[in-house]
Amino acid sequence: MKRAYYIFYKDFSSELRMRFALNALIMFVIVAVSTILFSLANEKVNQNVYAGMFWVVVFFSAMSGLSRTFVSEEERGTTLILSLIANPISIFIGKFLFNLVLLFFINTIIAFLYMILFQDFSIQNWDSFLLAFILGNIGIAGSSTIIAAIISKANVKGTLYPVLAFPVLLPLILMLIEITKSAMEGNPISDVEAELMVLISYDIIMITASVLVFDIIWRD
Amino acid sequence: MNNIQLIVKNLKKTFNRRLVFDKLSFEVRAGERLVITGKNGSGKSTLIKILAGVMNESSGSFEYIFDSGKIDREDIYKIIGLVSPYLVLYDEFSAFENLKLFAKIRNLKIDDDKINQILEKAGLFNRRNDLVRTYSSGMKQRVKYASAILHDPLVLLLDEPTSNLDIEGKDFVDELVQNFRKDGIVVVATNETQDFKYGQRIINLDDYKNNQSK
Ligand SMILES: Nc1ncnc2c1ncn2[C@@H]1O[C@H](COP(=O)(O)OP(=O)(O)OP(=O)(O)O)[C@@H](O)[C@H]1O
Ligand SMILES: [Mg+2]
Repeated sequence: MKRAYYIFYKDFSSELRMRFALNALIMFVIVAVSTILFSLANEKVNQNVYAGMFWVVVFFSAMSGLSRTFVSEEERGTTLILSLIANPISIFIGKFLFNLVLLFFINTIIAFLYMILFQDFSIQNWDSFLLAFILGNIGIAGSSTIIAAIISKANVKGTLYPVLAFPVLLPLILMLIEITKSAMEGNPISDVEAELMVLISYDIIMITASVLVFDIIWRD
Repeated sequence: MNNIQLIVKNLKKTFNRRLVFDKLSFEVRAGERLVITGKNGSGKSTLIKILAGVMNESSGSFEYIFDSGKIDREDIYKIIGLVSPYLVLYDEFSAFENLKLFAKIRNLKIDDDKINQILEKAGLFNRRNDLVRTYSSGMKQRVKYASAILHDPLVLLLDEPTSNLDIEGKDFVDELVQNFRKDGIVVVATNETQDFKYGQRIINLDDYKNNQSK
Protein backbone atom coordinates (compact mmCIF):
# COMPACT_ATOMS: atom_id res chain seq x y z
CA MET A 1 0.00 0.00 0.00
CA LYS A 2 2.87 2.34 0.82
CA ARG A 3 4.43 1.53 -2.53
CA ALA A 4 1.17 2.30 -4.30
CA TYR A 5 0.96 5.58 -2.45
CA TYR A 6 4.41 6.61 -3.65
CA ILE A 7 3.53 5.71 -7.24
CA PHE A 8 0.52 7.95 -6.82
CA TYR A 9 2.81 10.58 -5.35
CA LYS A 10 5.19 10.31 -8.31
CA ASP A 11 2.32 10.80 -10.78
CA PHE A 12 0.92 13.62 -8.75
CA SER A 13 4.23 15.54 -8.61
CA SER A 14 4.79 14.83 -12.27
CA GLU A 15 1.31 16.12 -13.10
CA LEU A 16 1.95 19.31 -11.13
CA ARG A 17 5.04 19.93 -13.25
CA MET A 18 3.93 18.70 -16.63
CA ARG A 19 0.14 19.02 -16.64
CA PHE A 20 -0.25 16.03 -18.96
CA ALA A 21 -3.87 15.48 -18.05
CA LEU A 22 -5.08 18.52 -16.17
CA ASN A 23 -4.86 21.12 -18.94
CA ALA A 24 -6.65 18.88 -21.42
CA LEU A 25 -9.34 18.13 -18.87
CA ILE A 26 -10.00 21.70 -17.84
CA MET A 27 -10.17 22.86 -21.47
CA PHE A 28 -12.59 20.08 -22.23
CA VAL A 29 -14.84 20.93 -19.32
CA ILE A 30 -14.92 24.62 -20.20
CA VAL A 31 -15.73 23.93 -23.86
CA ALA A 32 -18.37 21.30 -23.09
CA VAL A 33 -20.16 23.24 -20.39
CA SER A 34 -20.21 26.51 -22.30
CA THR A 35 -21.48 24.78 -25.46
CA ILE A 36 -24.34 23.33 -23.46
CA LEU A 37 -24.94 26.68 -21.79
CA PHE A 38 -25.22 28.56 -25.10
CA SER A 39 -27.31 25.96 -26.88
CA LEU A 40 -29.80 25.77 -24.02
CA ALA A 41 -30.00 29.49 -23.35
CA ASN A 42 -33.61 30.49 -22.71
CA GLU A 43 -34.89 27.06 -23.76
CA LYS A 44 -37.21 25.36 -21.39
CA VAL A 45 -35.97 21.77 -21.20
CA ASN A 46 -37.04 18.87 -19.11
CA GLN A 47 -35.11 18.79 -15.86
CA ASN A 48 -34.11 15.20 -16.49
CA VAL A 49 -32.05 16.25 -19.48
CA TYR A 50 -29.58 17.90 -17.11
CA ALA A 51 -29.00 14.67 -15.22
CA GLY A 52 -28.04 12.98 -18.47
CA MET A 53 -26.01 15.93 -19.68
CA PHE A 54 -24.05 16.05 -16.43
CA TRP A 55 -22.86 12.44 -16.71
CA VAL A 56 -22.19 12.76 -20.43
CA VAL A 57 -19.74 15.57 -19.72
CA VAL A 58 -18.23 13.52 -16.88
CA PHE A 59 -17.87 10.51 -19.21
CA PHE A 60 -16.14 12.42 -21.98
CA SER A 61 -13.87 14.36 -19.66
CA ALA A 62 -12.79 11.03 -18.15
CA MET A 63 -12.15 9.84 -21.71
CA SER A 64 -10.01 12.84 -22.54
CA GLY A 65 -7.88 12.80 -19.42
CA LEU A 66 -7.61 9.47 -17.65
CA SER A 67 -5.86 7.51 -20.37
CA ARG A 68 -2.77 9.68 -19.87
CA THR A 69 -1.68 7.68 -16.80
CA PHE A 70 -0.35 4.74 -18.78
CA VAL A 71 -0.11 6.21 -22.26
CA SER A 72 2.31 8.91 -21.16
CA GLU A 73 4.57 6.32 -19.50
CA GLU A 74 4.47 4.20 -22.65
CA GLU A 75 5.10 7.14 -24.97
CA ARG A 76 8.01 8.45 -22.97
CA GLY A 77 9.49 4.99 -22.54
CA THR A 78 9.35 5.04 -18.75
CA THR A 79 7.26 1.85 -18.52
CA LEU A 80 10.46 -0.16 -18.07
CA ILE A 81 11.77 1.75 -15.09
CA LEU A 82 8.33 1.61 -13.51
CA SER A 83 8.17 -2.17 -13.82
CA LEU A 84 11.69 -2.40 -12.41
CA ILE A 85 10.82 -0.62 -9.19
CA ALA A 86 7.40 -1.99 -8.27
CA ASN A 87 5.16 -5.01 -8.64
CA PRO A 88 2.13 -4.81 -10.92
CA ILE A 89 -0.44 -4.58 -8.14
CA SER A 90 1.18 -1.52 -6.57
CA ILE A 91 1.42 0.06 -10.01
CA PHE A 92 -2.25 -0.53 -10.71
CA ILE A 93 -3.38 0.77 -7.33
CA GLY A 94 -1.12 3.81 -7.58
CA LYS A 95 -2.43 4.70 -11.02
CA PHE A 96 -6.01 4.05 -9.90
CA LEU A 97 -5.58 6.41 -6.94
CA PHE A 98 -4.18 9.08 -9.22
CA ASN A 99 -7.11 8.78 -11.63
CA LEU A 100 -9.53 8.78 -8.73
CA VAL A 101 -8.17 12.02 -7.31
CA LEU A 102 -8.10 13.62 -10.75
CA LEU A 103 -11.66 12.52 -11.41
CA PHE A 104 -12.97 13.81 -8.07
CA PHE A 105 -11.27 17.13 -8.70
CA ILE A 106 -12.63 17.55 -12.23
CA ASN A 107 -16.11 16.25 -11.44
CA THR A 108 -16.45 18.54 -8.47
CA ILE A 109 -15.70 21.42 -10.83
CA ILE A 110 -18.26 20.14 -13.33
CA ALA A 111 -20.92 19.72 -10.64
CA PHE A 112 -20.16 23.17 -9.30
CA LEU A 113 -20.41 24.74 -12.78
CA TYR A 114 -23.73 22.97 -13.42
CA MET A 115 -25.17 24.23 -10.16
CA ILE A 116 -24.29 27.85 -10.74
CA LEU A 117 -24.98 27.95 -14.48
CA PHE A 118 -28.15 25.89 -14.78
CA GLN A 119 -30.96 26.79 -12.40
CA ASP A 120 -32.78 23.59 -13.30
CA PHE A 121 -29.87 21.44 -12.14
CA SER A 122 -30.87 21.50 -8.51
CA ILE A 123 -30.32 18.52 -6.29
CA GLN A 124 -33.11 17.96 -3.74
CA ASN A 125 -31.82 14.78 -2.18
CA TRP A 126 -28.13 15.28 -1.48
CA ASP A 127 -27.63 11.90 0.18
CA SER A 128 -28.39 9.90 -2.91
CA PHE A 129 -26.59 12.30 -5.24
CA LEU A 130 -23.40 12.28 -3.17
CA LEU A 131 -23.47 8.49 -2.86
CA ALA A 132 -23.88 8.19 -6.61
CA PHE A 133 -21.14 10.75 -7.15
CA ILE A 134 -18.66 8.87 -4.94
CA LEU A 135 -19.51 5.36 -6.17
CA GLY A 136 -19.62 6.62 -9.75
CA ASN A 137 -16.17 8.20 -9.54
CA ILE A 138 -14.71 5.01 -8.09
CA GLY A 139 -16.27 2.95 -10.88
CA ILE A 140 -15.20 5.31 -13.65
CA ALA A 141 -11.66 5.59 -12.26
CA GLY A 142 -11.37 1.80 -11.96
CA SER A 143 -12.57 1.05 -15.49
CA SER A 144 -10.63 3.93 -17.01
CA THR A 145 -7.41 2.79 -15.38
CA ILE A 146 -7.58 -0.78 -16.65
CA ILE A 147 -8.69 0.32 -20.12
CA ALA A 148 -5.83 2.84 -20.20
CA ALA A 149 -3.45 0.01 -19.38
CA ILE A 150 -4.84 -2.06 -22.25
CA ILE A 151 -4.67 0.69 -24.85
CA SER A 152 -1.21 1.85 -23.81
CA LYS A 153 -0.03 -1.50 -25.19
CA ALA A 154 -1.97 -1.08 -28.44
CA ASN A 155 -0.79 0.80 -31.52
CA VAL A 156 -3.81 3.02 -31.98
CA LYS A 157 -3.85 4.65 -28.58
CA GLY A 158 -6.06 7.73 -28.81
CA THR A 159 -9.05 6.58 -30.78
CA LEU A 160 -9.45 3.23 -29.12
CA TYR A 161 -10.15 4.62 -25.69
CA PRO A 162 -13.78 5.79 -25.92
CA VAL A 163 -14.58 2.80 -28.11
CA LEU A 164 -13.46 0.37 -25.43
CA ALA A 165 -14.66 2.44 -22.52
CA PHE A 166 -18.17 3.10 -23.77
CA PRO A 167 -19.62 -0.42 -23.42
CA VAL A 168 -17.81 -0.93 -20.12
CA LEU A 169 -19.05 2.32 -18.62
CA LEU A 170 -22.53 2.37 -20.15
CA PRO A 171 -24.31 0.39 -17.40
CA LEU A 172 -22.60 2.55 -14.80
CA ILE A 173 -23.57 5.81 -16.51
CA LEU A 174 -27.18 4.67 -16.90
CA MET A 175 -27.45 3.93 -13.17
CA LEU A 176 -25.84 7.25 -12.32
CA ILE A 177 -28.33 9.12 -14.50
CA GLU A 178 -31.25 7.30 -12.86
CA ILE A 179 -30.07 8.14 -9.36
CA THR A 180 -29.31 11.76 -10.26
CA LYS A 181 -32.79 12.18 -11.75
CA SER A 182 -34.34 10.79 -8.62
CA ALA A 183 -32.15 13.04 -6.46
CA MET A 184 -33.25 16.07 -8.46
CA GLU A 185 -36.89 15.14 -7.98
CA GLY A 186 -36.28 14.88 -4.26
CA ASN A 187 -37.26 11.23 -3.96
CA PRO A 188 -36.10 9.37 -0.86
CA ILE A 189 -32.91 7.35 -1.07
CA SER A 190 -34.86 4.10 -0.65
CA ASP A 191 -36.26 4.62 -4.18
CA VAL A 192 -32.81 4.11 -5.68
CA GLU A 193 -31.62 1.37 -3.38
CA ALA A 194 -31.47 -1.13 -6.23
CA GLU A 195 -29.44 1.22 -8.40
CA LEU A 196 -27.03 1.95 -5.57
CA MET A 197 -26.55 -1.77 -5.02
CA VAL A 198 -25.73 -2.16 -8.69
CA LEU A 199 -23.16 0.64 -8.38
CA ILE A 200 -21.51 -1.01 -5.40
CA SER A 201 -21.35 -4.38 -7.18
CA TYR A 202 -20.02 -2.73 -10.31
CA ASP A 203 -17.21 -1.06 -8.38
CA ILE A 204 -16.25 -4.22 -6.53
CA ILE A 205 -16.33 -6.41 -9.64
CA MET A 206 -14.49 -3.87 -11.78
CA ILE A 207 -11.66 -3.34 -9.34
CA THR A 208 -11.22 -7.01 -8.48
CA ALA A 209 -11.22 -8.03 -12.13
CA SER A 210 -8.81 -5.24 -13.00
CA VAL A 211 -6.29 -6.22 -10.35
CA LEU A 212 -6.49 -9.81 -11.62
CA VAL A 213 -5.96 -9.06 -15.31
CA PHE A 214 -3.51 -6.19 -14.89
CA ASP A 215 -0.64 -8.57 -14.22
CA ILE A 216 -1.17 -10.19 -17.63
CA ILE A 217 -1.57 -6.92 -19.51
CA TRP A 218 1.44 -5.32 -17.88
CA ARG A 219 4.06 -7.92 -18.86
CA ASP A 220 3.72 -8.34 -22.59
CA MET B 1 25.26 -18.63 3.54
CA ASN B 2 23.17 -16.48 1.24
CA ASN B 3 23.46 -17.81 -2.24
CA ILE B 4 21.94 -16.57 -5.44
CA GLN B 5 21.72 -18.70 -8.53
CA LEU B 6 20.19 -18.16 -11.95
CA ILE B 7 18.99 -21.22 -13.81
CA VAL B 8 17.82 -20.90 -17.42
CA LYS B 9 16.26 -23.97 -19.01
CA ASN B 10 15.32 -24.35 -22.65
CA LEU B 11 14.36 -20.73 -22.92
CA LYS B 12 12.65 -19.69 -26.13
CA LYS B 13 11.37 -16.34 -27.33
CA THR B 14 9.41 -15.57 -30.46
CA PHE B 15 7.75 -12.34 -31.56
CA ASN B 16 4.66 -13.43 -33.44
CA ARG B 17 6.27 -15.93 -35.80
CA ARG B 18 9.83 -14.66 -35.68
CA LEU B 19 12.14 -16.79 -33.59
CA VAL B 20 14.62 -14.80 -31.54
CA PHE B 21 16.34 -17.65 -29.70
CA ASP B 22 15.55 -21.21 -28.76
CA LYS B 23 16.85 -23.97 -26.51
CA LEU B 24 18.85 -21.54 -24.44
CA SER B 25 20.06 -23.16 -21.24
CA PHE B 26 22.70 -21.99 -18.80
CA GLU B 27 23.37 -21.51 -15.13
CA VAL B 28 25.02 -18.65 -13.33
CA ARG B 29 26.16 -18.97 -9.75
CA ALA B 30 26.89 -16.39 -7.10
CA GLY B 31 30.08 -14.54 -7.91
CA GLU B 32 29.98 -15.35 -11.62
CA ARG B 33 30.01 -12.76 -14.37
CA LEU B 34 28.49 -13.72 -17.72
CA VAL B 35 28.75 -11.97 -21.08
CA ILE B 36 26.01 -12.35 -23.69
CA THR B 37 26.96 -11.46 -27.21
CA GLY B 38 25.60 -11.88 -30.73
CA LYS B 39 24.84 -9.90 -33.85
CA ASN B 40 22.47 -6.91 -33.91
CA GLY B 41 19.00 -8.32 -33.51
CA SER B 42 20.21 -11.62 -32.06
CA GLY B 43 18.12 -11.09 -28.94
CA LYS B 44 20.54 -9.82 -26.32
CA SER B 45 18.26 -7.05 -25.13
CA THR B 46 15.27 -9.39 -25.32
CA LEU B 47 17.06 -11.87 -23.05
CA ILE B 48 17.99 -9.12 -20.60
CA LYS B 49 14.36 -8.00 -20.38
CA ILE B 50 13.17 -11.55 -19.81
CA LEU B 51 15.76 -12.08 -17.07
CA ALA B 52 14.64 -8.80 -15.48
CA GLY B 53 11.10 -10.19 -15.34
CA VAL B 54 9.60 -7.40 -17.42
CA MET B 55 8.97 -9.44 -20.56
CA ASN B 56 7.43 -12.87 -20.84
CA GLU B 57 9.31 -15.78 -22.34
CA SER B 58 7.54 -17.87 -25.00
CA SER B 59 8.49 -21.21 -23.48
CA GLY B 60 11.06 -22.78 -21.26
CA SER B 61 11.87 -21.30 -17.90
CA PHE B 62 14.27 -19.25 -15.86
CA GLU B 63 14.45 -18.94 -12.14
CA TYR B 64 16.43 -17.20 -9.48
CA ILE B 65 17.18 -19.39 -6.51
CA PHE B 66 18.11 -17.69 -3.28
CA ASP B 67 18.88 -19.58 -0.10
CA SER B 68 17.59 -22.70 -1.88
CA GLY B 69 14.18 -21.08 -2.39
CA LYS B 70 12.80 -19.90 -5.71
CA ILE B 71 12.17 -16.16 -5.95
CA ASP B 72 8.61 -15.39 -6.97
CA ARG B 73 8.01 -13.78 -10.32
CA GLU B 74 6.56 -10.66 -8.75
CA ASP B 75 9.54 -10.27 -6.41
CA ILE B 76 12.25 -10.49 -9.05
CA TYR B 77 12.37 -6.71 -9.39
CA LYS B 78 13.66 -6.47 -5.84
CA ILE B 79 16.90 -8.28 -6.60
CA ILE B 80 17.58 -6.84 -10.08
CA GLY B 81 19.51 -3.77 -11.08
CA LEU B 82 19.29 -2.99 -14.79
CA VAL B 83 21.11 -0.53 -17.00
CA SER B 84 20.37 -0.29 -20.71
CA PRO B 85 20.10 2.28 -23.49
CA TYR B 86 16.30 1.88 -23.71
CA LEU B 87 15.82 2.50 -20.00
CA VAL B 88 14.33 5.97 -19.62
CA LEU B 89 14.13 7.78 -16.30
CA TYR B 90 11.64 10.48 -15.40
CA ASP B 91 13.17 13.51 -17.04
CA GLU B 92 10.86 16.03 -15.40
CA PHE B 93 12.63 15.23 -12.13
CA SER B 94 16.25 15.72 -11.11
CA ALA B 95 18.64 12.82 -10.55
CA PHE B 96 18.19 13.21 -6.83
CA GLU B 97 14.39 13.28 -7.08
CA ASN B 98 14.42 10.20 -9.32
CA LEU B 99 16.48 8.23 -6.83
CA LYS B 100 14.47 9.49 -3.90
CA LEU B 101 11.23 8.44 -5.60
CA PHE B 102 12.62 5.03 -6.47
CA ALA B 103 13.74 4.54 -2.88
CA LYS B 104 10.26 5.47 -1.63
CA ILE B 105 8.46 3.27 -4.14
CA ARG B 106 10.81 0.39 -3.38
CA ASN B 107 10.17 0.96 0.31
CA LEU B 108 13.89 1.20 1.08
CA LYS B 109 15.10 2.60 4.32
CA ILE B 110 17.79 4.90 3.04
CA ASP B 111 18.29 8.56 3.79
CA ASP B 112 19.31 11.51 1.63
CA ASP B 113 22.97 11.10 2.58
CA LYS B 114 23.04 7.63 1.12
CA ILE B 115 21.46 8.89 -2.11
CA ASN B 116 23.99 11.71 -2.32
CA GLN B 117 26.76 9.20 -1.74
CA ILE B 118 25.57 7.10 -4.69
CA LEU B 119 25.29 10.20 -6.88
CA GLU B 120 28.78 11.21 -5.85
CA LYS B 121 30.07 7.79 -6.86
CA ALA B 122 28.35 8.13 -10.24
CA GLY B 123 29.98 11.52 -10.71
CA LEU B 124 26.72 13.44 -10.71
CA PHE B 125 26.86 15.15 -7.36
CA ASN B 126 27.31 18.65 -8.76
CA ARG B 127 24.38 18.33 -11.10
CA ARG B 128 22.14 16.27 -8.84
CA ASN B 129 19.44 18.91 -8.60
CA ASP B 130 19.17 19.65 -12.32
CA LEU B 131 16.34 18.05 -14.25
CA VAL B 132 17.36 14.82 -16.00
CA ARG B 133 16.08 16.26 -19.28
CA THR B 134 18.94 18.76 -19.20
CA TYR B 135 21.56 15.98 -18.93
CA SER B 136 23.85 14.74 -21.67
CA SER B 137 23.39 11.11 -22.73
CA GLY B 138 26.47 10.06 -20.78
CA MET B 139 25.09 11.72 -17.68
CA LYS B 140 21.76 9.99 -18.20
CA GLN B 141 23.65 6.71 -18.43
CA ARG B 142 25.26 7.52 -15.08
CA VAL B 143 21.90 8.16 -13.40
CA LYS B 144 20.78 4.76 -14.63
CA TYR B 145 23.75 3.20 -12.88
CA ALA B 146 22.88 5.09 -9.73
CA SER B 147 19.29 3.83 -9.88
CA ALA B 148 20.44 0.28 -10.61
CA ILE B 149 22.57 0.02 -7.47
CA LEU B 150 20.29 2.05 -5.19
CA HIS B 151 18.65 -1.03 -3.65
CA ASP B 152 21.84 -3.06 -3.42
CA PRO B 153 20.64 -5.74 -5.84
CA LEU B 154 21.94 -9.30 -6.03
CA VAL B 155 21.82 -9.36 -9.82
CA LEU B 156 23.16 -6.73 -12.15
CA LEU B 157 21.93 -6.84 -15.75
CA LEU B 158 23.86 -4.53 -18.03
CA ASP B 159 22.89 -4.02 -21.67
CA GLU B 160 25.56 -2.18 -23.66
CA PRO B 161 27.11 -1.00 -20.39
CA THR B 162 29.62 1.46 -21.79
CA SER B 163 27.55 3.12 -24.49
CA ASN B 164 27.78 6.92 -24.33
CA LEU B 165 30.37 6.86 -21.58
CA ASP B 166 33.69 8.70 -21.59
CA ILE B 167 36.89 7.16 -20.24
CA GLU B 168 36.03 8.21 -16.72
CA GLY B 169 32.58 6.70 -17.09
CA LYS B 170 34.05 3.46 -18.40
CA ASP B 171 36.38 3.37 -15.43
CA PHE B 172 33.37 3.83 -13.18
CA VAL B 173 31.66 0.84 -14.79
CA ASP B 174 34.85 -1.23 -14.55
CA GLU B 175 35.09 -0.46 -10.89
CA LEU B 176 31.40 -1.11 -10.32
CA VAL B 177 31.51 -4.54 -11.95
CA GLN B 178 34.79 -5.39 -10.25
CA ASN B 179 33.57 -4.37 -6.82
CA PHE B 180 30.05 -5.68 -7.23
CA ARG B 181 29.10 -7.91 -4.34
CA LYS B 182 30.92 -11.22 -4.49
CA ASP B 183 27.73 -13.09 -3.65
CA GLY B 184 26.00 -11.50 -6.65
CA ILE B 185 25.61 -12.15 -10.36
CA VAL B 186 26.46 -9.86 -13.27
CA VAL B 187 25.15 -10.43 -16.79
CA VAL B 188 26.51 -8.13 -19.50
CA ALA B 189 24.99 -7.98 -22.99
CA THR B 190 27.35 -6.39 -25.45
CA ASN B 191 28.91 -6.32 -28.89
CA GLU B 192 31.95 -4.37 -27.83
CA THR B 193 34.93 -6.71 -27.61
CA GLN B 194 36.39 -4.43 -24.98
CA ASP B 195 33.43 -5.26 -22.73
CA PHE B 196 34.16 -8.99 -22.92
CA LYS B 197 36.60 -8.53 -20.07
CA TYR B 198 33.66 -8.19 -17.69
CA GLY B 199 32.79 -11.87 -17.96
CA GLN B 200 34.44 -15.15 -17.22
CA ARG B 201 32.18 -16.85 -19.69
CA ILE B 202 30.64 -15.79 -23.02
CA ILE B 203 27.38 -16.96 -24.54
CA ASN B 204 26.82 -16.13 -28.20
CA LEU B 205 23.14 -15.94 -29.05
CA ASP B 206 23.86 -16.55 -32.73
CA ASP B 207 24.26 -20.19 -31.70
CA TYR B 208 20.63 -20.43 -30.58
CA LYS B 209 18.92 -19.39 -33.78
CA ASN B 210 17.38 -22.53 -35.20
CA ASN B 211 15.98 -25.76 -33.95
CA GLN B 212 18.88 -27.89 -35.15
CA SER B 213 21.60 -26.21 -33.16
CA LYS B 214 22.16 -27.51 -29.74
N1 LIG C 1 8.69 -5.61 -29.03
C1 LIG C 1 9.10 -6.30 -30.11
N2 LIG C 1 8.20 -6.71 -31.03
C2 LIG C 1 8.60 -7.43 -32.11
N3 LIG C 1 9.86 -7.78 -32.35
C3 LIG C 1 10.80 -7.41 -31.48
C4 LIG C 1 10.47 -6.65 -30.31
N4 LIG C 1 11.61 -6.42 -29.62
C5 LIG C 1 12.59 -7.01 -30.33
N5 LIG C 1 12.12 -7.60 -31.44
C6 LIG C 1 12.91 -8.37 -32.41
O1 LIG C 1 13.65 -9.34 -31.70
C7 LIG C 1 14.94 -9.48 -32.24
C8 LIG C 1 15.98 -9.29 -31.16
O2 LIG C 1 15.98 -7.93 -30.73
P1 LIG C 1 16.96 -7.42 -29.60
O3 LIG C 1 16.69 -5.99 -29.38
O4 LIG C 1 16.84 -8.32 -28.45
O5 LIG C 1 18.37 -7.60 -30.28
P2 LIG C 1 19.80 -7.21 -29.73
O6 LIG C 1 20.62 -8.45 -29.77
O7 LIG C 1 19.70 -6.51 -28.45
O8 LIG C 1 20.33 -6.22 -30.86
P3 LIG C 1 21.33 -4.98 -30.76
O9 LIG C 1 22.71 -5.54 -30.84
O10 LIG C 1 21.01 -4.18 -31.98
O11 LIG C 1 21.05 -4.26 -29.50
C9 LIG C 1 15.03 -8.49 -33.39
O12 LIG C 1 14.79 -9.19 -34.59
C10 LIG C 1 13.91 -7.54 -33.15
O13 LIG C 1 13.40 -7.07 -34.37
MG1 LIG D 1 20.17 -4.56 -27.78
